[in-house]
Amino acid sequence: MNIVVVVRQVPDLIEPLEIVPSGDALDLDAASFILNESDDHALEQALLLKEAGGGSVTVVALDFGDVDNTLYTAVAKGADRIVKIACDGDTPPAPRDSAAVYAEAIKPLEAELVLVGVQAHDELDGGLSPFLAAALELPYVGVIRGVKADDAPGTVAACKEFPGAVMARMSVKLPAVLGILGADQPPRYVPVSRIRGAMKTAQFEESAATLAAGELLLSVSRLYPPAPATRAEMLSGSEEEIAGRIAEILAEKGLVK
Amino acid sequence: MAATNGHNGVGLLEKLGKLDNGKPPFGCIQCGLCAASCPLGPAMEYPPRKLILQAMAGNLDKLLTSPSLWMCVSCYACSKRCPRGIELAEELWPALRDAAMQAGHQPPAEIQETFQNVFKYGNVLGKSPRQRLQWAKDLDVRVLDLSREPRPVDVLWLVGCYPSYYPRNQVVARAFARIMTELGVSWGILGTKEKAVGECDRMFGEEGLFETLVEQNRKMFDEQDFGKIVVLDPHAFRALQSFYPRFNAWYPVQHYTVFLEEYIEQLKPLMVKPVEAVVTYHDNCCVGRRCECYDPPRQLLELIPGVKLVEMSSNRDDSLCCGGGGGGMWLDAHIVANGGRRLSDERVEQAAATGADTLAVSCPYELSRFEDAAKVTGLEGKLKVRDIIELLAESMDLGERSIA
Repeated sequence: MNIVVVVRQVPDLIEPLEIVPSGDALDLDAASFILNESDDHALEQALLLKEAGGGSVTVVALDFGDVDNTLYTAVAKGADRIVKIACDGDTPPAPRDSAAVYAEAIKPLEAELVLVGVQAHDELDGGLSPFLAAALELPYVGVIRGVKADDAPGTVAACKEFPGAVMARMSVKLPAVLGILGADQPPRYVPVSRIRGAMKTAQFEESAATLAAGELLLSVSRLYPPAPATRAEMLSGSEEEIAGRIAEILAEKGLVK
Repeated sequence: MAATNGHNGVGLLEKLGKLDNGKPPFGCIQCGLCAASCPLGPAMEYPPRKLILQAMAGNLDKLLTSPSLWMCVSCYACSKRCPRGIELAEELWPALRDAAMQAGHQPPAEIQETFQNVFKYGNVLGKSPRQRLQWAKDLDVRVLDLSREPRPVDVLWLVGCYPSYYPRNQVVARAFARIMTELGVSWGILGTKEKAVGECDRMFGEEGLFETLVEQNRKMFDEQDFGKIVVLDPHAFRALQSFYPRFNAWYPVQHYTVFLEEYIEQLKPLMVKPVEAVVTYHDNCCVGRRCECYDPPRQLLELIPGVKLVEMSSNRDDSLCCGGGGGGMWLDAHIVANGGRRLSDERVEQAAATGADTLAVSCPYELSRFEDAAKVTGLEGKLKVRDIIELLAESMDLGERSIA
């Protein structure tokens, strides 16, 4: 199966987030970037599918943040091709705009299955994955927690998570786009010597796709840290008194009867 | 001594599988001293003797998939006692672990994040490199950040990951800064540019990560003009002394106990306050057993008025490891799940059995390991765990004391 995975760079939350003086955006100069977690799961899922049934994995990314390390790591884990899309400027595009350029880059790759993380913590105007499916004019299922080869040819079996811990197993006709929440197993560890090896041998492919700013449908008027509403109540007293008070609180909140 | 062909141990494993003129490789005589010395050997499917035996028989696959491969905590007891001088801990285990990871076998999940943190952020705790100098905030002595203000110094102090970030260890870092300043040492640090030295990564078999750190650190060290490197972490000492030279990275390095021992005459009159304590000292594995540096820490403790030094039954060569080396710091769950003991729990009980009220240490890992162990074993409040630096600073009356 020819699988394409989209991976994104998002601000790393180990750094304190800073807001620019105009108050309407993050100061990305003060941020560092990491691979979006659910995209890491999308990559893992693609590698598992390849290992189970053969095929190839192509990883596509905007040339932004720490993307080179992300792509080399993908090769070290088993990805076959890495494709970069030029991205001028110092801010990543909004999901709707990036969906168009990802779609342009993916179309020539003749993907049977496109996997992308179902969420990223910097998404503002909606998730990338459904926009990408629309741009590619492919069917879409999101919030996927595992994908396996299906009995019927030209399909995969995907597990979708619904609220209330209800899971659905569905047969998805390919080609399709899946929004991945979690892979069948946690993203694998790859020794750094493999990553270093990939740095020496792996070749980036440059996509001809070009990024165009779309119509501005959403703008941020103010960005600010959440103000604390109520403080935590610290319980004191003997263990029995504290336990009694906890039981009362749980009953007051209707959490226990 | 066993030598590797190249740093990654591939040559070592190839040699291990071949007879040497009809003799076992490295001259292993299967005497079993290694297995008998290993504190986690009884829980291992393949303790050191069996490890070599299986490797010689060509059964590498068995070794690479066994949970016992990830149980060695690099205490060096096997290497130290091997009558043929085979460096099991520093060569064989890392080579096998490297081979396992290269073959796609996953190391225990709990340690994966640690190594990813070191690769991405240059520290084991996954903290922002920009916050590496937080320990020195509002410190009452001048901290010269050589990465911003390069100038010749006698001592380049590598503060280390735990003393830089972990609140309990930051107390020690601040005390050491005060002591060096009081002694009039010309010293500086690398500030936010400092990175992990990488000993645990190497011992765990993460050769590529270690090589990356050597390259990064060598570049930084070579930009500075210093007389010697001083470290708080015995693991960093071991790596800079023995493993960096394999990459042609040679730097004079001292563990702080040896460094301060040279100032003993100068320290004597500075010990102005008695510290009334019955103290037993835990010999760490890297500076202790592996490098046989047993006296300087004890000499420093004996300088302190009020301190009565007592010994645990297993000390010096026979010291029981805290269980934190070779990645063991992040492998407690794996080791216990596979039938191993928490060595730090046993060690604090040995310390308490001496009648000591204070367990003195000289390794950043040991403060948290032994303080946790004291809580688990019911010794909290009865046995304090303090770095030698804290005890010296208290006697020198240098401001802030231990938070313990």
